[in-house]
Amino acid sequence: MRRRNLTAYGFLSPYLLIFAAFWLWPIIYSFYLSFLSTRRAPWTFNPSMTWLRITQDTAFYNALWNTLKILAIQVPAMVFLATVLAVLLNSQLLRARGLIRFAFFAPVVIGEAAYAAVFRLMFNTDFGIVNKTLQAIGLSKVDWFANPSAAMSLIIMAVTWRWVGYNAIIILSGLQSIQTDVYEAATLERVSPRQQFFHITLPLLRPVLVFCFVLSVIGSMQLFAEPYLITNMGGPGGATETLGLFLYRQGFLNLNFGYASAIAYTIAALAVAISALNMWIGRDRT
Amino acid sequence: MRSKSKTMLFRSLALHSVLVPLALLWLLPLWMMFVFATMSDNAIFSPDIHLIPSTQFGENFAKLQGDIDFVRTLIVSVVVAVIYTFFSVALTSMAGWALARYKFLGRGLVVAIILGTMTLPYFVVVIPQFIMVARDFGLSNTWFALIVPPLFNSLGVLFMRQAFSLMPVDLFDAARVEGVSEWKIFIHIALPLSRPMLAALSIILFLHSWNNYLWPLLISNDRSMMTAPVALGSLFGLIDVSWGGVMVGAVLLTVPMLVVFVFLQRFFMAGITAGAVK
Repeated sequence: MRRRNLTAYGFLSPYLLIFAAFWLWPIIYSFYLSFLSTRRAPWTFNPSMTWLRITQDTAFYNALWNTLKILAIQVPAMVFLATVLAVLLNSQLLRARGLIRFAFFAPVVIGEAAYAAVFRLMFNTDFGIVNKTLQAIGLSKVDWFANPSAAMSLIIMAVTWRWVGYNAIIILSGLQSIQTDVYEAATLERVSPRQQFFHITLPLLRPVLVFCFVLSVIGSMQLFAEPYLITNMGGPGGATETLGLFLYRQGFLNLNFGYASAIAYTIAALAVAISALNMWIGRDRT
Repeated sequence: MRSKSKTMLFRSLALHSVLVPLALLWLLPLWMMFVFATMSDNAIFSPDIHLIPSTQFGENFAKLQGDIDFVRTLIVSVVVAVIYTFFSVALTSMAGWALARYKFLGRGLVVAIILGTMTLPYFVVVIPQFIMVARDFGLSNTWFALIVPPLFNSLGVLFMRQAFSLMPVDLFDAARVEGVSEWKIFIHIALPLSRPMLAALSIILFLHSWNNYLWPLLISNDRSMMTAPVALGSLFGLIDVSWGGVMVGAVLLTVPMLVVFVFLQRFFMAGITAGAVK
């Protein structure tokens, strides 16, 4: 590697310029904004309208609670399913490999608007294929858009459908980076496949799984498009209102930038705290 | 031997009896997207179960065009994604090259910034971005607003730094001895050598821009500059909207990406796993 300050800065400068204008400055500015009352001009320093308000706002606690529910249910369920999928997709016995991989990986390229539209129709209360199937097998139909817990399950199912393949791709690449001679040696030592999985595969996958958890936590903390598009802006009655949607409402519908900035920093702090917790739980104990 | 092949057969059956139904379940929304796109609204909202495509795709497309000029929004999306991808690849590969090839003052800081922003929620920057672009500059509904603020990304730099650092240094040093400038080494030697990586990065960034929802929703609400996903989403809440038409829109947004995915799966996988390893 060569020591060349000027040439290096030359190559870096366009990137750093964009960074400074559209990331560095906004990071600082929104921190400053989070202390301002911005409900009417002129904006004045008044943290009670932002940081104090957030501690007392029941709508914020509702969004926080919903987001934590998604974090606690959807993220572990999805990472578990993705791990199972990756292990199965990695099997030598798998036939029609291309088609089966396509089924799980294709949702990765689908945009939120497109898949939200399909889920809305599939879960339509009177005419959706899901309720028709439930009724055909003798169950009663579910009002996915009016029942709060059904609406929450719908969001969780939609997000899981969209993201499980993405996580499986990452875990699969982790699986494939494990040297096969580890397994050969274990087989020679008569270690059963089950023990091999729990004592070799899982420990070696740990960093990859932690990575998936952290990515999914950060993603869930910012969940916006799904409740916006699928459950009509967090409906019914705020049952699927997430922190992301709450911030959108405060910042871009009410144009209360100060309060929205305080919400943004709260989201960032929570994301860091929960990611750190994940890393601590998944740390190397050996 | 026989019993061994029997257990293999049993295992194979068990594997497929789990995976095949699950795969079909996962394909269902995708399949229904195509089916809905070919059905009349009366058929979509009828008590019967339809699983086979019908014949109304053309009519639904016409309704979608009538509800919102979807072709125009698709053109906006394509133009934005192409220009965004070009500039983002250019910026990040230059930065990746700088990090892979040179020692310089502040190098550690730059790496820390890149890794730090990876875990930083986008919401922390989106509010000032909006205030700056929409209010201070008054640039809502412009190409600049759609393309430039989202340009910064960490993934591309890490990806390209990795690509360049795997190349033999001797190659570049030999050119250097011949008196070739560093810019020419980058453009004429390093970039052509990293073509597969550039392809993988371009695909991921194009997809990112194509599907981007929140920023275009905020910054581009005029019908003439709306991107296709935002235009499609804007129809959801309306009372008198053709859902068959909405589904045609969903198909038009999805099919190009699926085709790219099928043919360039390798590059997709490389792009997705880039953040995970190393």
